[in-house]
Amino acid sequence: MSKCLYLHFTTETNRKQYIMGHNLSELKAKQKTLQSWSYVWHPIEKGYNNRTLYINVGNCEIKEKPVSQQMKDKFVGGKGFGLRLLWDATTPTTKWNDPENEIIISPGPLGGITQYSGAGKSLVVTISPQTDSIMDSNVGGFFGPFLKFSGFDAIELQGKSEKDLIIFIDGVNHKIEIIEDPGFSVDSHIMGEELTEYFAEDEKDAKNIGIVSSGAAAEHSLIGMLNFTFWDNKRKMVRLKQAGRGGTGTVFRNKNIKAIVAKIPGVQGNLNNVVDLEKIMTVGRDYAGEMRDLDDKQNQMKKKGTANIVNVMSDYDLLPTHNFKYGTHKDAIKIHSDLLRDKWFTLGINDGCWIGCAMQCAKGADNFELKTGPYKGSKVIVDGPEYETAAGLGSNCGIFDYQPILEANFYCDTYGICTITWGTIVAFIMECYENGIINKDITGGLELNFGNAEAALELLHQLARGEGFGIIAGTGVRQMKKLFVEKYGADPKFLQDIGMENKGLEYSQYVSKESLAQQGGYAMTNKGPQHDEAWLIFMDMVNNQIPSFDDKANALHWFPMFRTWFGLQGLCKIVWNDVTPADNKLEKEPHKIPKHVRNYLAVYEGVTGNKLDEEGLIRQSERVYNFQRIFNIRRGYGLRKHDAQPYRAAGPVTVEEYLSREERYDKQLKEIIGFDPQGKSVEEKMAVLRKHREDQYEKLLDAVYERRGWTKNGVPKIEHLKNIGMDLPELIEVIKPLQ
Amino acid sequence: MKITLNNREEIFTSDKLTIAEIMDLKKFTFSKIIVKLNDIFIEKEDYDKTFVKESDNLIILHLLAGG
Repeated sequence: MSKCLYLHFTTETNRKQYIMGHNLSELKAKQKTLQSWSYVWHPIEKGYNNRTLYINVGNCEIKEKPVSQQMKDKFVGGKGFGLRLLWDATTPTTKWNDPENEIIISPGPLGGITQYSGAGKSLVVTISPQTDSIMDSNVGGFFGPFLKFSGFDAIELQGKSEKDLIIFIDGVNHKIEIIEDPGFSVDSHIMGEELTEYFAEDEKDAKNIGIVSSGAAAEHSLIGMLNFTFWDNKRKMVRLKQAGRGGTGTVFRNKNIKAIVAKIPGVQGNLNNVVDLEKIMTVGRDYAGEMRDLDDKQNQMKKKGTANIVNVMSDYDLLPTHNFKYGTHKDAIKIHSDLLRDKWFTLGINDGCWIGCAMQCAKGADNFELKTGPYKGSKVIVDGPEYETAAGLGSNCGIFDYQPILEANFYCDTYGICTITWGTIVAFIMECYENGIINKDITGGLELNFGNAEAALELLHQLARGEGFGIIAGTGVRQMKKLFVEKYGADPKFLQDIGMENKGLEYSQYVSKESLAQQGGYAMTNKGPQHDEAWLIFMDMVNNQIPSFDDKANALHWFPMFRTWFGLQGLCKIVWNDVTPADNKLEKEPHKIPKHVRNYLAVYEGVTGNKLDEEGLIRQSERVYNFQRIFNIRRGYGLRKHDAQPYRAAGPVTVEEYLSREERYDKQLKEIIGFDPQGKSVEEKMAVLRKHREDQYEKLLDAVYERRGWTKNGVPKIEHLKNIGMDLPELIEVIKPLQ
Repeated sequence: MKITLNNREEIFTSDKLTIAEIMDLKKFTFSKIIVKLNDIFIEKEDYDKTFVKESDNLIILHLLAGG
């Protein structure tokens, strides 16, 4: 292969620096293959390979496992396959860093099609170092589809290696190799380039490489994430998408896996061997037409990506600011999404993270010059920021300037750290710092006030270096709460109120205070407060569409089940509702974007040949969702007490928070609670409001549990499992004593 | 004037406002919305021409269930 590196670096100077520092020929000469295993490749049948790939990195065992019809019927694919395999591989007491813990990556039966948008997703499943329970995280990029095209519906990684390894899935020659790391870089923006260069035959072949990697900070923290590469054909460089939540990268590095590389001969039109390609193409073309005609008038996903809602969230008092205290800020205008479109993002370029996606929302900022850290002075591409990153690394930390936000975005990515998690962690630290719970002596001199971007970046670099207060930050909010109480005498009740985590996972970036349904949408999730199960704030708070507990319970059934389905199939949820058909208003339930739901049913039938209606779609998800709940219960979690939320997710913890919405809260006290606020102190009013909101949340739990077929303690009822066809003996055994 | 906005009672100091003015007052800036005034769909180009009056029933449905 040519040694003219064509990858990632946006200036010739940077490219030359890179070439001087890294000689891939030398690495190749040092390559030591520890294991090589050949397999017989078969074409995919109707979206399935009907086998998974098992690799034990501890003893280099490699084998394939058949996928049974029951596994497909009950677990479908993606997250479902991940959960099934992880259940079978672990015991109720397996810890995240035990060798038997696994990382499973699975795309799902619809994953890899190129005729309908957003079909390149994979689900990563593991026991989380943060929650000690089951984590799932969805991610785009090329690896998932390439794994499928190589011949496997999932990869299951178990064991722990003594030395750093590269796993090579050679879908061209149909063999799997475990290679001792000859010395590739650690950080993903470089390692992605190196491995692409290393394994591709030539520049044209770079598009046939998909890589999973993490970064330096994942080695020193519990919050490490996984980067999945995708080849940007216009820019001629590797780009990164992230499986962010819950420490998947930490588990990866703990196993001493440096990277997984999948290589295929090329992407062709019907590698999934679908039953009815024309059916898929028909709805795919229609959807692409909607994006072409409507996106500019709607969300501008092609120009702003998901960050288009930064200013929208601020306008609706939903943009987390200063550790979720407030929902807006006078300086929010400085991070208006127009700035991303007009100043930072490169426009008019193909920004899809999978082939054939018309949404094109994986925006990138080219020629971004880094001001800090080990790559200071380099000009790089920043993948993002997406909304969550802009809010988490920006407003939530009181930082209203895209320069440091993009810088932190880049470093989080290449270091292998989840931007959502990191944003909520730093915001929590800043509030603790401003309250005197921690100080400069504890932080090693870092003045971690809200708005101090320089200190926030240095904290991130410390984490990557495995130094100082950065290591403490990398343990996450739950661990820090404990430490600050035990070591620094903090008030545990206050930290419980302001520490924005549930189940050990940090909240993603929306203010849920004024939406009871969204409080459930966050804290009742299986893995912890990520918005990928349900985002109900507009329906609840703004539209007032779900006023009763029954309404909210129905929404907290339908939406989490519907959205779980994307993770079973290999699909992206953004495509579902970030563009709306022109005639959507005529639909009976327009908020569900019914035409797109019908599209998905058509795509499913087109791929698998199996007919599916909306009820059947929900049923597929329900089975897996309840399995995951019981998996949590099996591990000692998954009960009502684990669905408790920090009070800041439900209401004002501090006086200044109350005062920021005093008119609204006083009105609610008077009109809803029947308490006259006149002449009362803020503290008295806060106490009454708090009792009311906490009572409301308990009532919500009751209503949702009933709707989901669960006991009042949040345990799925045996009868319900029978009704949905999920009364597997191993599940009954776990829940029978809890009925 | 007093109207019903998204099934809640809403009071405005002015007696006569266009839909665009109400959206401005409420900071309803999200672009994907459906507007119905007394059960009749109102198109975007008519927001600044359509007046809302006392006792009207205005629905401004925000179509974001994603995030």
